[in-house]
Amino acid sequence: MALKRYVVACFDDEEVLFPAVKRVRNAGYKIQDVYTPFPVHGLDHALGMRETSLHTAGFIYGITGTTTALSCMGWIFTQDWPMNIGGKPNFPLPAFIPITFELTVLFSAVGMFYTFCYLCQLAPFVKKHHFHPRATDDLFVMAIECTDRTNVEDLKAFVSNAGAVEVDYQVAESGWWFGRYDKQQDLYAEPHSIGY
Amino acid sequence: MHLKYESQIREPLVDGNKDYHQVTEDIIRPIEVKPGRLWYVGFFISVAMLLFGVYSLYREVTYGVGQWNLNKTVGWGWDITNFVWWVGIGHAGTLISAILLLFRQGWRTGVNRAAEAMTIFAVMCAGQFPIFHMGRVWLAFFILPYPNTRGPVWVNFDSPLLWDVFAISTYFTVSLLFWYSGLIPDLASVRDRAKTKLRKLLYGIVSFGWTGSTKHWQRHEALSLVLAGLATPLVLSVHTIVSFDFATSVIPGWHTTIFPPYFVAGAIFSGFAMVQTLLIVVRKVLNLQEYITLGHIEAMNKVIVLTGSIVGCAYLTELFMAWYSKNDYEGYAFFYSRANILSPYGWAYWGMMFCNVVSPQVFWFRKLRRNIAFTFFMSVIVNIGMWFERFVIIVTSIYRDYLPSSWSYYYSPSIWEIGFYVGTFGLFFTCFFLFAKYFPTIAVAEIKYVLKTSGESQKEKMDKVEDQQVEEFAHEYAH
Repeated sequence: MALKRYVVACFDDEEVLFPAVKRVRNAGYKIQDVYTPFPVHGLDHALGMRETSLHTAGFIYGITGTTTALSCMGWIFTQDWPMNIGGKPNFPLPAFIPITFELTVLFSAVGMFYTFCYLCQLAPFVKKHHFHPRATDDLFVMAIECTDRTNVEDLKAFVSNAGAVEVDYQVAESGWWFGRYDKQQDLYAEPHSIGY
Repeated sequence: MHLKYESQIREPLVDGNKDYHQVTEDIIRPIEVKPGRLWYVGFFISVAMLLFGVYSLYREVTYGVGQWNLNKTVGWGWDITNFVWWVGIGHAGTLISAILLLFRQGWRTGVNRAAEAMTIFAVMCAGQFPIFHMGRVWLAFFILPYPNTRGPVWVNFDSPLLWDVFAISTYFTVSLLFWYSGLIPDLASVRDRAKTKLRKLLYGIVSFGWTGSTKHWQRHEALSLVLAGLATPLVLSVHTIVSFDFATSVIPGWHTTIFPPYFVAGAIFSGFAMVQTLLIVVRKVLNLQEYITLGHIEAMNKVIVLTGSIVGCAYLTELFMAWYSKNDYEGYAFFYSRANILSPYGWAYWGMMFCNVVSPQVFWFRKLRRNIAFTFFMSVIVNIGMWFERFVIIVTSIYRDYLPSSWSYYYSPSIWEIGFYVGTFGLFFTCFFLFAKYFPTIAVAEIKYVLKTSGESQKEKMDKVEDQQVEEFAHEYAH
């Protein structure tokens, strides 16, 4: 992932942000992302993002848990070491339900959490570029990607006009992927890197 | 244009004139300043209690379970009572964070973080009891099904005690993930306003590099929703399985089909009482009265009176069935060992009846539901009552079993049994004090999310909206 140039526009109200997103996109600029202090509903659609498939992943992990539990218990009690426990059958389905249910939930929850962390590239000691420290406080920070043909000054004026309270120009890495740094760049030498 | 609308008739969830920055400031400020003297006093007492518990356990591990006053007849005493009690307390946290999320109860946002933390600490305390009750605790890993060199001898998958192992460990893991995934954005808020290098480094590590990207929030929302959907049946299953420990046996007073719903209701009842105990103190000490409002306390008291009444119904149903079944042993367990106040443990049964069934009925009165000192007092009473419930169920059913020659006269705990219980209180409060100092005790991002609809100052602006004609309103909101 290469270094890219961004115009960073900060908004202090989501009611201004939504029309601004619409205007910036209609004008043909590419919004790399909007960083918000809390989930703003509908913003993902306004930015043209597709729905996440995390639910599907959760379902697949869940049925993996179900089959793991049933097949392990079934194999142990009927093949590996059949035991006579009070004359009960060797494959008592009702008695297996609690553990099967628990493992379904466990696999699904743990799998989804790790998938979430992997997709969002979240892990301890990960260092990412933060466009504005107040993005986790009270600002909605829109990062607009600049191409070679973008007139930065025009774009800055355009977003100010759309209601941005703070406008800024930054050079940053566009993303982060575990174990793969881009060789050409130095993340710590940027104008607005906040240093962790 | 307003993005969301909520009627003014609903009580605001956040009092005072707040903007987003003020919310961050109010909730995260306590992390950044030195704790008050009360915090140190409380923390010191908790650690002292914890150390006493560690010493009690040291005695138990070194000299054996004989350090406790259990005997062949009363094989389950304070240890299993405390286990069920602590697990029950944990249930309120998951109920608030998962079930109330699915039911879209806005008031959960103010209390869910602390309640989930309470769940995790309570389950940690609960787990100690069955583990140390095994006696040879260094062989505790025998309860896990793994290929071994002893045959392999597998665990008994038909046994409710093994189901418990799976239920409690799954419950702990899922609660922890749910709690932590919600914490990540808030820890990032702490990181981004940190002034000291150390705080920036530590909160940078624990916040996993969170940026607040829209895509990440979208996935985060999906994760929370599915985890809530998973945690809802999970929380019901956990106490159901705990009740199976009793219900699948053939002991009079335990062998009943009413146990699962009765235990789940009791668990939520005691859990909400513990949430009240903790939050009434937290909101005062950390100055969060504007976020945990009287409305929140009243809502929780409503849950307490509902679940308390369900528990009361279960008690009466049990008595009725003991009479209606015409089973001598069941009748003896209920009408002599429990309900006869002159029997050795009659006082415990009537104490339980008073604390759990009679006393919470005062919460039908709005004035008392909104009285903080009274709520605090009642929350302690309810938890005492719920402890008695578990004690009554366990001890009164087994101290006189089918064979009179093996009856045990009176079981009372030894100092090391009490010490173990005191120690888990120490563990619980030590963890909670650390949590209140180093973590945002209220979900900052979730409060910001509901601020524009449910904040007091924002609701005042809704006057204009409520005067609108239907057509105008529909034009503005339908999209």
